[in-house]
Parts: sequence; structure tokens; C-alpha cells
Amino acid sequence: MTLGGFVVRNTFRNKRRSLLTMLSISFSLLLLTLMMSIWRTFYIDQGPPDSAKRLITRDRVSLAFFLPAYYRDKIRSVPGVVAVVPMTYFGNVYKDDRSTNSFAQVVTDPDEYPKVAADKIVPPDQLLAWQRDRTGALVDIELAKKFGWKIGDHLTLQSPYFPVHPEVTIRAIYTIDPPVRSLIFNTKYLEESVDWFKGQAGWYLIQVASPSDVATVSKAVDEMFRNAPQRTKTESQQAFQLSFVSSLGNVKAFILGICGAVVFAILLVSGNTMAMSIRARTREVAVLKTLGFTRQRVLSMFVGEAISLAVAGGILGVLGATLLIRWLTHSPVAIGVPAGMKVTIPTMLVSLLVAATVGFISGCLPAYNASRTNIVEGLRHIG
Amino acid sequence: MAIPISYNVRNLKLRKGLTVMTALGIALTVTTAIFLMALLAGLQRAFVSSGNPNNVLVLRKGSEAELSGGFDAALFPTLKVLPGIAKDSHGEPMVSGEWVVVIVLPRKDGTGEVNVTVRGMMPDGLELRPSAKLIEGRWFQTGQREVVVSKSIRSRFSHANIGDTMEFGKGSWKVVGVFDAGGSAYESEIWCDVNQMSADFDRQGGFSSAYLRATDAIAADALKNRVSDDQRLKLEGVLETDYYAKQTSSGAPIKYIGIVVAIIMAIGSSFAAMNTMYAAVAYRGREIATLRVLGFSRPSILTSFVLESLLLALLGAAAGILLMLPFNGMQTGTSNAVTFSEVVFSLQITPQVALYAIVFALLMGFFGGLFPAWHAARQNILTALRG
Repeated sequence: MTLGGFVVRNTFRNKRRSLLTMLSISFSLLLLTLMMSIWRTFYIDQGPPDSAKRLITRDRVSLAFFLPAYYRDKIRSVPGVVAVVPMTYFGNVYKDDRSTNSFAQVVTDPDEYPKVAADKIVPPDQLLAWQRDRTGALVDIELAKKFGWKIGDHLTLQSPYFPVHPEVTIRAIYTIDPPVRSLIFNTKYLEESVDWFKGQAGWYLIQVASPSDVATVSKAVDEMFRNAPQRTKTESQQAFQLSFVSSLGNVKAFILGICGAVVFAILLVSGNTMAMSIRARTREVAVLKTLGFTRQRVLSMFVGEAISLAVAGGILGVLGATLLIRWLTHSPVAIGVPAGMKVTIPTMLVSLLVAATVGFISGCLPAYNASRTNIVEGLRHIG
Repeated sequence: MAIPISYNVRNLKLRKGLTVMTALGIALTVTTAIFLMALLAGLQRAFVSSGNPNNVLVLRKGSEAELSGGFDAALFPTLKVLPGIAKDSHGEPMVSGEWVVVIVLPRKDGTGEVNVTVRGMMPDGLELRPSAKLIEGRWFQTGQREVVVSKSIRSRFSHANIGDTMEFGKGSWKVVGVFDAGGSAYESEIWCDVNQMSADFDRQGGFSSAYLRATDAIAADALKNRVSDDQRLKLEGVLETDYYAKQTSSGAPIKYIGIVVAIIMAIGSSFAAMNTMYAAVAYRGREIATLRVLGFSRPSILTSFVLESLLLALLGAAAGILLMLPFNGMQTGTSNAVTFSEVVFSLQITPQVALYAIVFALLMGFFGGLFPAWHAARQNILTALRG
């Protein structure tokens, strides 16, 4: 029997213990993978390719203040700008206060919006229908599926910020990967019913010619409004979204803390199991040594066992996390989960590497003790 | 007959290494759960302690928050003469018309910018909020471009010490005082004179909200209804306590993430505890058989092993609570879902949090111990004695 075969046989000798250890490690690694994926989505992922060419201009002080409508044409005159649309957050309440029914509702200019959001795929005839109907709405396909909406359906919206209940008709459905889950309707329709909102916009969404224009355009726009009644803040879409994450609090420390606790927990569990299983085999170790196995050989056998257990748990955990995240991003109940979240191959490899390292560390001490056992004492051992 | 609990205690002591490692594993899970519960408890306290039960907050009808409100200042004199309003120190009705805006300030530690609430108020605004105590300097003066900042604002943002100037609106504001709002939502605010502020933000002639102090709780209720029912006013009255209680929903993201994390970690720890208990049962096969021969029944063996697992979990809970205690009172902030501004709160390890942590650990211990104990109780006496 080869050394590898011996390790595998030993790993599954006490099936229940190995299974429980594996399961315990797998749940910890599931959490670790989940946390790493959240981290990746927030801080590493660059978002869809088109978002690298999008900028957002908002009031320098707060998103709660609207910008004047004439800013749009001024922004358009900046070199490098391809398109500009006004955007305003209408609300996120639908039907009732329940968060499961909540989705983003924004108003914009339908005529120019497709230029800025080219990654939202809409059938041309639907797009035209939406642009022609002032009360028309464009919705995400996932959202339409969730609520069972069809083209032509009427919805009544409500808002915590605007004292109106506009009725919109679904004219177009867009597809985008990852899903955005939003409803978009005409800003003019809102202006008609809300007097004080006329000639204003929550923020401007800008499309530039190439990603290299982002820095120059954002500087130029902010410089242009330096002495205007309302100063602006222009940043990439990615930075804009990240500012929401950072407002939740110290998310980075939070994730790191959980990851630390999880890794330490795996170390304990795995170390515990190895200590138990090696102690039960004291006599066996003595026999192996009598047969001529060197200390290094015995040591590597036990460490190998620890690593294979931890990695097996790791594979289970990574698979679990992948399934969980896939379910979360597509589930209609889990609103607020970033749609672009997924477990990438590098994340998986890091998780497995963590598992293997932890297995290695946890196996070292008990295995070292075992390899040092005095043969005679080991043979006498009752355990 | 029940097996004495000292038997379990001795067993746990006998295999110290195993006990400590398993208990530590449970402790880690408990720590995470305590951390999350303490966050929520702190947030709850920030909002619940903010309101004064006698204060009635007046908003534009249909608006849910001060930030999205705004009504004509001409309505204010009507509010002032409503019955049931308490008198202030000058013998006038205790009312304050206020403007609330959100401004962006850079964090002192350079980790980005945060939305902070600035509240412009009338002189009575301070009397309406007796829970806020001045700890340094003086209150702002009417007609001056002066601000007072809360203790936590001072510690979290630069240019927030007495004598410094802050830049927002149309110019600079002098910091003249620091107040302590006792962990309430006001702890995240900057206060100044309402007229100065509305001029800076071009909001003259209006208020985003008004605060009325009723003589007592019954009068407050009547006042609230009176404001809401008056069709001419188009205003809505809410008890300040209710208004803030509603904002605790800001903790929802923490809550959901917390539940998921705690459950996953708990399942992992239960498996680990199960492993330890199975090992304990396996080691003691002969001992258990002996106990059975001596006349201890199956149920008492089962109870004994479950108890041992519970003891192990309790040890873990205790270690977890001890590990987390130094973090009690640690300050942090999150975004307020209603006002879009940052709300500052501190970790609160209340007795309730500790109790929940213990129950949580016991659950893990129970599930971890049940199957091994069942296994122990069902063992065949003869085979076990021979083994």
C-alpha cells in the first residue's frame, strides 16, 4: 500500500468523526468564502465593463439636494462627454413597507437614457414604446418575473419623498447581467405632478468616450461648477456605489473580524480531531515504528491526514457558498444582495489554500508528539 | 435515579485539552453573536432614548422624515398657540421651528466622507431636549454663525474642536461648544441657529419640522391628533418617541447579515461539539456499561451526557462573554436609513444580550450532545463491558 493510500484509509477509519470534522470545517469555510466574495464585490470587482465609462455628478454636500436642470447642458459641453441624463430617486417602496417588496424606482429622460445604459438590453420596439409613452416604465426582467408583470400592466407607485401616487404602464423590459432590479420612468411625468420638482434632477449620469476620460471629465465638471450656486461632486459609478457601502459603517473591519474568527474556529476543530484520532492510535504508531517507519514518515502521514480532511471540508464549504450565493442573487426574497456577487475561481482557490494551511498547522503538533513516542511505552499504551 | 452532575464536571476536567478546545470553538461563535447583538442593542438605544415622550414632532403631511419635509413658516404661529403646550423659562410656549440638512464631512481617520445631520433650531430647541448636556464651551447664540457639536462628532471629525471653524453652506461656522446627548440619535448631530442656517441653504420662510413640548403625556397625545386632524394645516404630528423608534429599522442590514453569520457558525460549532461528545462516549464505553449495571437507567445516562454537553457549551458562553466585555461601549456608526446621515452608537452588551448568548450556546450544546448521548444510552451492556 502506498503512503497516499494509507493516509486515505486512515482518514476514513472513524467515519463519523471524519464526517463531523469535515462538516464543521465546511460550514466555517462556507462563511469564509461568503465573506471573501462580499469583499470582492465591494472592493475589488470593477463592475460591468460599461460602468468604467460612467460618471455620476451629484450635489457636493448630499444626495438629498437636487441639482438644477441647466447643469445638464453645461456638462454636455465638457470634452469627452458622450451623453448626460438626469436621474432622480423616486423611492423604493412598492405595495407595502415590507423590504421583500422593495426595489429602486428612478426617473430619467427616456430619449437619451439608452445611450448611457447601453448594457441594459431592451427590444427596439419596446424601447420605442417606452420613449413615446410619458407614463411608461422600463423594468428589469427579474423584477417582472418576481411580480408577474407583463407589457401593458399598470402599476401605482408611491414615494416617501414625493407627495404623489403616479400610475405607470410597463412598456419595456430590460435584461442585464447581473440584474439591477429597478424600475425607470419619465422625469417629465413626475415634474408634471410635483410643482417644486420642476427643473431639477437628483444626479446626472454621464457617459464618456473611453475609460481614460473618467479622471479628466470628473475634474472638469467639478471645476466648472466651482462658483455655481451648488457645487458638485463627480466620481465614477464604482466609487459612488462604494460610498453607500462605507456609510454602513466599518464594513472592512467587520468582514476581517468574522474571517479571523472563522479561521481560528477551523484551527480549533481540526486540531481537536487530529489530537483525538492520533491519541487513539498511539499503539499503532509504535507498531509502525517497530516495522521501520521513520519519524518523518509517521509525521507526514498524520499531517497528510489533517490536510486531506480540511481540504475535503473546504471543497464542501466552497460548493455550499457557491450555491448559497447563486440562490441569494437570484432569489426574489433576498433584496439588497449585490447582484454581481459570485464566487470566482481565485476566491475558491484562496479558500482551499486557507483550509490546507489550517489543516497543516493543526496536524503538526499532535503528529509531532506521536512521531516522538517511545516505542515501548506506545506499545504498552491502553487507549 | 440521576447521575450526579459532579461526574460530568470531573469528566470535563479529566480531558482538559479537548474540553478547552471545544469550549473555545463555541466561545468564538458566541463572540460573533454577541458582537452583532451588541451592535443592534446599541443602535436600539440610540433611537429609543432620543425621544422625549412629551415632545410632539410636526412634519409636512405625507413626509416620513424631517429631511424630506418642509412647510411654510406662516403656519408656525398657528402651532404656537395650540392648547396643551408647556411654557418655557420665559413663560412663552415651548416650541421650536427647525431645519435639518445633511452635510458631508471627511472622517478624521481619512476613511472617506460621511453624511452628518445639521439641525438649525430656535432657542427653545435646547430646552426641548434636556437630555443633551453641555460639556464644554457654551451653546450657540441666536443670530451668530456658531455651532455646537456632539461629543462623538468632535472625536470623529477634524475641525470640530472649540475654536475651530467648519465649512458648510455658504461659509464658515465657529464651533463654540460640545454637548453630550447620552448615546441618543442627537449624538450624531451638529446644532446651530435656525435662521442662520436656513439663510445659508436658501430655505428661508420654511421649516422642515417643528417641535412642541406638551405639558404631559396625555396632552402630547391630544396635541399630536389635533395637528394631524386639522385639514387647513396639512401637517402631521408624531410623538418624538415613535418617530425615533421607527428609525431602528436602520439596523436591518446588520440584523440580516448577523443572523446568517451566526447560524452558519453555530452549525459548524454544533458539529464540533458533537465530535467531542462522541469521543467522550467512545472513551467511556465500559464506564457507561458499568453505570448501567449499577442500575442507572437509560434516560439518566442520556440526561447525563446531554448535561455534559450543555456544561461544555456554558463554559464556551462564559469565555465568549468575557472575551467580548472589553469591547462594551466601543463606538461605531452606520447609515440612518431615514435621514441618510450617519448615526453614531456604541456596542452595548446588555444583560439581555448576555442572556441570549448563553441560550444560543446552550442550543449548540444541546444539538451537539443529543445524538452522542442517545448513542451512549443505547449501547449494549455486554459488548461495552467486554470492549
